[in-house]
Amino acid sequence: MQNVKCECGHDNPHGTILCELCGRALTEKAKEEKLYDMRYEGSARRSQTYNKSIIDKIWNFFSSVKVGIWIILLTLISASLGTILPQEFYLPNNVDPSVYYEDVYGTFGKWYYIIGFYDLYNSAWFIALIAALGVSLVIASLDRAIPLYRALKKQRVDRHESFLKKQRLFAETDKIPDETELQRVREQLKKKRYKIREENGALFAEKGRFSRWGPYVNHVGLIIFLIGSMLRSVDGLYIDELLWIREGETLQVPSTKGEYYIKNEKFTVETYEKEDKAGVFNEALERVGTVVKNYQTDAVLYRDENNKLPGAKPQLSELEKDDIQVNQPMKFDQFAVYQTSYQKDEMKAMQFALTNKATGREMGELTVDLFEQQDSYDLGSGYKVELLGFYPDFDGFSKEGEPKSKSPLPNNPAFLFNMMSPEHPDGEVSFVEIQNTMEPLGETDYKMTFKSLETRDVSALTIRKDLTLPILGLGGIIFMAGVIQGSYWNHRRIWIQKKNGRFYAAGHTNKNWHGLKKELDFVFKGASIPAPEDQIEENKK
Amino acid sequence: MGLASLSSSLLYTAFVLYLVATFFFGGAIRDKRSQSSVSGWAKVGFVVTIIGFITHVGYFITRWVAADHAPVSNLFEFIVAFGMMLVGAFILIYSIYRVSILGLFTMPVVVLIIAYASMFPRELSPLIPALQSDWLYIHVTTAALGEAILSISFVAGLIYLIKAIDQTKVGKKTFWLEFVLYSLISVISFVIVTTSFNFINYEATFTWVDSNDQQLEETYSIPALVGPNQGELQTDNRFTPIVDTPALVNAKKLNTLVWSLGIGLALYGLCRLVLRKRIGSALKPVVKNVSLDLVDEISYRSVIIGFPVFTLGALIFAMIWAQIAWTRFWGWDPKEVWALITFLFYAAFLHLRLSKGWHGEKSAWLAVIGFAIIMFNLIAVNLVIAGLHSYA
Repeated sequence: MQNVKCECGHDNPHGTILCELCGRALTEKAKEEKLYDMRYEGSARRSQTYNKSIIDKIWNFFSSVKVGIWIILLTLISASLGTILPQEFYLPNNVDPSVYYEDVYGTFGKWYYIIGFYDLYNSAWFIALIAALGVSLVIASLDRAIPLYRALKKQRVDRHESFLKKQRLFAETDKIPDETELQRVREQLKKKRYKIREENGALFAEKGRFSRWGPYVNHVGLIIFLIGSMLRSVDGLYIDELLWIREGETLQVPSTKGEYYIKNEKFTVETYEKEDKAGVFNEALERVGTVVKNYQTDAVLYRDENNKLPGAKPQLSELEKDDIQVNQPMKFDQFAVYQTSYQKDEMKAMQFALTNKATGREMGELTVDLFEQQDSYDLGSGYKVELLGFYPDFDGFSKEGEPKSKSPLPNNPAFLFNMMSPEHPDGEVSFVEIQNTMEPLGETDYKMTFKSLETRDVSALTIRKDLTLPILGLGGIIFMAGVIQGSYWNHRRIWIQKKNGRFYAAGHTNKNWHGLKKELDFVFKGASIPAPEDQIEENKK
Repeated sequence: MGLASLSSSLLYTAFVLYLVATFFFGGAIRDKRSQSSVSGWAKVGFVVTIIGFITHVGYFITRWVAADHAPVSNLFEFIVAFGMMLVGAFILIYSIYRVSILGLFTMPVVVLIIAYASMFPRELSPLIPALQSDWLYIHVTTAALGEAILSISFVAGLIYLIKAIDQTKVGKKTFWLEFVLYSLISVISFVIVTTSFNFINYEATFTWVDSNDQQLEETYSIPALVGPNQGELQTDNRFTPIVDTPALVNAKKLNTLVWSLGIGLALYGLCRLVLRKRIGSALKPVVKNVSLDLVDEISYRSVIIGFPVFTLGALIFAMIWAQIAWTRFWGWDPKEVWALITFLFYAAFLHLRLSKGWHGEKSAWLAVIGFAIIMFNLIAVNLVIAGLHSYA
């Protein structure tokens, strides 16, 4: 493609609207404009120049801010749809979403499920929208940042008067001010920390140009952030495991290939007491009841020294002791262990007494560990109890009359005992569940009396490794820096020049015109040089 | 308890001072002598505002000391803190532009916000473990400040619309402007309804059946127009509901909403009757001397200043804390999603303004919508949508 040669002699890249050096209009359209569109300095943007090949078309599509805004709005609306009903990952465990939504929310819930909104944020189309946003960010930024950089770097001190005339802030006069007045303006400009360049009787003052790069810097940050969040699916960068660990238990830390073990030495839950903080919370506690103050796992972390030896028994050496609380995870290697939840008072063991129904005499006690049962418990003097069956999570009887257990967790333990006594050496059978006893093979002379229950707490720990965090952090910092750079600084330029016996002054800023006008008032105060005036407001009057 | 009650008195003082400031800013409008420079009325209004702000900060600090945690842990505290930030943001923007009309519109909004907050439980509440972190105040105050600065953009946008919209032509524009004003009146209505029935100690207890077929009890403190699912009134001589709701709907909140909107409509109707014209039209003389370009610029500038603060507080700090407290920096919790929506909306606002030239009226409407989104996230997401942030 041919370069565009300006009257001033400068070779501009094909597609340039305003000459990079002198600012003359190079296109018919720009010549006719009352005020120049200064957003990208009239530079040659690829998207405005080429539109032939398929690549041009894709480039032009994604470089359009209009398209970008549509993508933003579509993302925004889609995201809001996902908050109407709870997402699948917030549902209680063990519910089937295909039934749950209809059950709880009726027909609306059914359709919410069918359309796929129940897992909206992981849906292909939502991810595609985010990806489109990313592509738009890259292309739109490249399309503008590079030509803008070129244009601002090449700009000359003295501009063609047509360029000044078509600035929003502009003034001209026949009266040529003397040097002392110009000197005063120069000093005022310096006070406002403008960088001043002068050539051929033209003065050009500029400051805050770097704020023009803010939008592109923040877009780079966003892209890094988006790339970082995609990396999560790369193997080994991201681990998210939930570990239920009982008091006293030592378990392998999941996803560490057996290298680490963790022990729950003690689990505590504290609630707020009436006396806390001199009673300031009494009123609130009365209204809402119990409020949890703290829950924590006193944990010990071990490394298995024999981890690398195949077949060897674990040999644990203590690495670290820590009390893990909410907001205070334990960290090791690249992992963090979080306190996420707990279950109070899981049943651990039950104590029973073998009792003679007629006399009420207890012949001895036995303790059934709900996690490690014995086949039989000898009580001496001819008394013995056999455990014929154990159903940790009893859930009624099957059609054949067999007791069923819903899970291996002791949520609702039930026992089938055979009670042996000198009177009944073969034993009598009793089925015992919480608050209920059955005698399936006929009435018995003995019974198992429930004596006591041993419980312990189970702590839920989340094991997390996320190596994408540094990338996300970097993206976040760059984004924030870019936003601040673009928002809290303004690019301001002031041109003052004599040409053909006339005197011109013009001003431009990328935003905050009010601020620039106030600054111009300051700079030109008391000088006979007219301060540039707002041509938009002039037109309105 | 001394400190806690001192704290309440300070807030009450701030509330009264903001009301007084409103009248002074109002006086500035009537002051014919001051077309160009700032009138004496506005100066006094601004000074009163600053004193109000100092007492408001005093409330914040004393309450912080009394509870030993930043007072941003429940809906009352958060909304009051948001009100404080709004005054702070106003002071900032006013210092730049010195436009007294901004005070006349911001101060009543602040008064309304504090009154609204006071309808929620006000006692000092203990922190649950997830909130026990320094990030509580870092995240919440920054997010609130960002939202507050963005809200100034709404105030400026509203002023723009009142001035710019042609009241001789009835249409969509006049309707939506009236709708915005009616929404503000509904907040007043909510405060009046809640306070009045609270004053006469109205209580009506219902038994009702929830979606798990459990029988529960619910006590209404305003008469139930909308009753709970299969509700049975237990208290004598109380109003019987006109309709029952399905179990899924929170009948008590819906009832409050119906009351607020209903009485709001009555108040709005009364205003129309007294004024004999649309409220937007009645407000027009108030904004007579306003320069449209200037309020447009204020609106835009507030977005420019507020957007980075909001992003930092409501997204970046939020993510850092979520990583520490909830193990993940992002979890698509409704509050998180709505913070993202707010962010995306203002991002779209900035792009529309920069590239598509959406200045003036279009930009003003966007500022109003942005504020609606912020309010939705502040109130509806806490009260209606259940999530990790529901601590009202």
